[in-house]
Amino acid sequence: MINTSTYIALRDLDLFIASGLVILNAILSLLLGLGVARQMLIAAVRMVVQLAVMALVLVALFRHATPALTALTCLVMLVFAGYEISNRQARPLAGWWTWGLSTGAVFLSGTAVSLLALTTQIHAEPWWDPRYALPLLGMIVGNTMNGISQSLNALTSQAYGDRLAIEARLALGGTRWQALQPAIRAAARAGLMGIINSMASSGLVFIPGMMAGQLLTGVPPMDAARYQILIMFLIAGGTGLGTVIAIILGALRLTDDRHRLRLERLQVRTKL
Amino acid sequence: MPPLLKLEALAPLVQSPLHPEGASFEVRAGTTVAIMGPSGCGKSRLLRTIADLEPSSGTVWLNGQEKKTIPAPLWRRRVVYCAAESGWWADRVGDHFQPSVRLTMALEAVGLPAEAMEWSVPRLSSGERQRLALLRALTLPSEDGEGRVYLLDEPTAALDPDSTLRVEALLRTVLSPSCAVLMITHHREQAARLANRLLCFDAGRLVAKALAP
Repeated sequence: MINTSTYIALRDLDLFIASGLVILNAILSLLLGLGVARQMLIAAVRMVVQLAVMALVLVALFRHATPALTALTCLVMLVFAGYEISNRQARPLAGWWTWGLSTGAVFLSGTAVSLLALTTQIHAEPWWDPRYALPLLGMIVGNTMNGISQSLNALTSQAYGDRLAIEARLALGGTRWQALQPAIRAAARAGLMGIINSMASSGLVFIPGMMAGQLLTGVPPMDAARYQILIMFLIAGGTGLGTVIAIILGALRLTDDRHRLRLERLQVRTKL
Repeated sequence: MPPLLKLEALAPLVQSPLHPEGASFEVRAGTTVAIMGPSGCGKSRLLRTIADLEPSSGTVWLNGQEKKTIPAPLWRRRVVYCAAESGWWADRVGDHFQPSVRLTMALEAVGLPAEAMEWSVPRLSSGERQRLALLRALTLPSEDGEGRVYLLDEPTAALDPDSTLRVEALLRTVLSPSCAVLMITHHREQAARLANRLLCFDAGRLVAKALAP
């Protein structure tokens, strides 16, 4: 239960002062010629606008909570997650494949893990209550999206870079799974390393975002820790499931049923 | 006696450099066929399509069995392709060979010591890579004892004259009555030394040529 007596609401001035740090970073980038000032400012503005819009949407959703509206919001989040993953690929699969594949993987893993948590661990009434369903799905999908994005990027980059080795194995009678094994392992490592590091260093090196947020709003530390542990498990489950699905589908698309490497199915993107 | 390998209108499906009619020829067991032609004319891609490493139009038979009726990994153990540029997936040379295969004599035959199996791949010279990749293909264990075709893409391109002659001698020993070799070379003298037939690319078509230099 939130102890409202310790909750401190932020004023616009507080946010303005904090934004000075981003502006400072942009100035440093300009002075040192790092070339990231523009991206940083655009990302900061996007973040402010997106979060403000999201807060307004959530206010409306919490007031008029229906299963259909909650499901629609979840769907929008999942579609955008797939879009974000496609945008972060150096060598995406040509056509709609990367978007379709990553949206499918995020959808399957994100909804499966969120439904499990909402119905068996959170015990919200009703279970689809947007106040619980949306933040939970958001955290799981956000992390799963990063895992899938990094794993697909590693898979396609390594398949392209190691094409001679992969084809050598195929030419000697190896199956596509044997030939792609190093790329698949690298992709799984890339996708899961974030959550593994996060779990390993939580509470030791840093206080995770959700727990920090709860502590700032007055939740007792033990309760906040319990929530954080649950979320970490859910994120690990979602990321693992999503990453495995994306890697398997990606490897299938990079090859064909005659166990041939089909690199012409990749498109080259010069800018990320 | 039916041919060991038979091609009918075979051509890569994507951006084929070959004439639309594709490649059609036969290779009999116990023979070596050399393929020659200018760079970029499609020699390597022809070998890749025979090995089923690229989608293709047309048909290929091995011992009367059509390619698509045989699982691709099994097909490639019978139609063994050795690329001009070799690929390596482990750091140690020996990890690329089947543990059951005895290689000492084969290594000696191409001028490499037995310790070569312990060498590190990134430290290999281009000539060492080429000889080891060739050995890797030639010593691939046969699971069913069926006739085998070796597709060799410029197997001596990175070698000095002595090593070239050693490899050529090894290739002659490979040719059992049930095997055949289809090799790409840029040297008419090499074709004359090794091959029974010569096919040359001419405006995207393969035509038979005399072997005499």
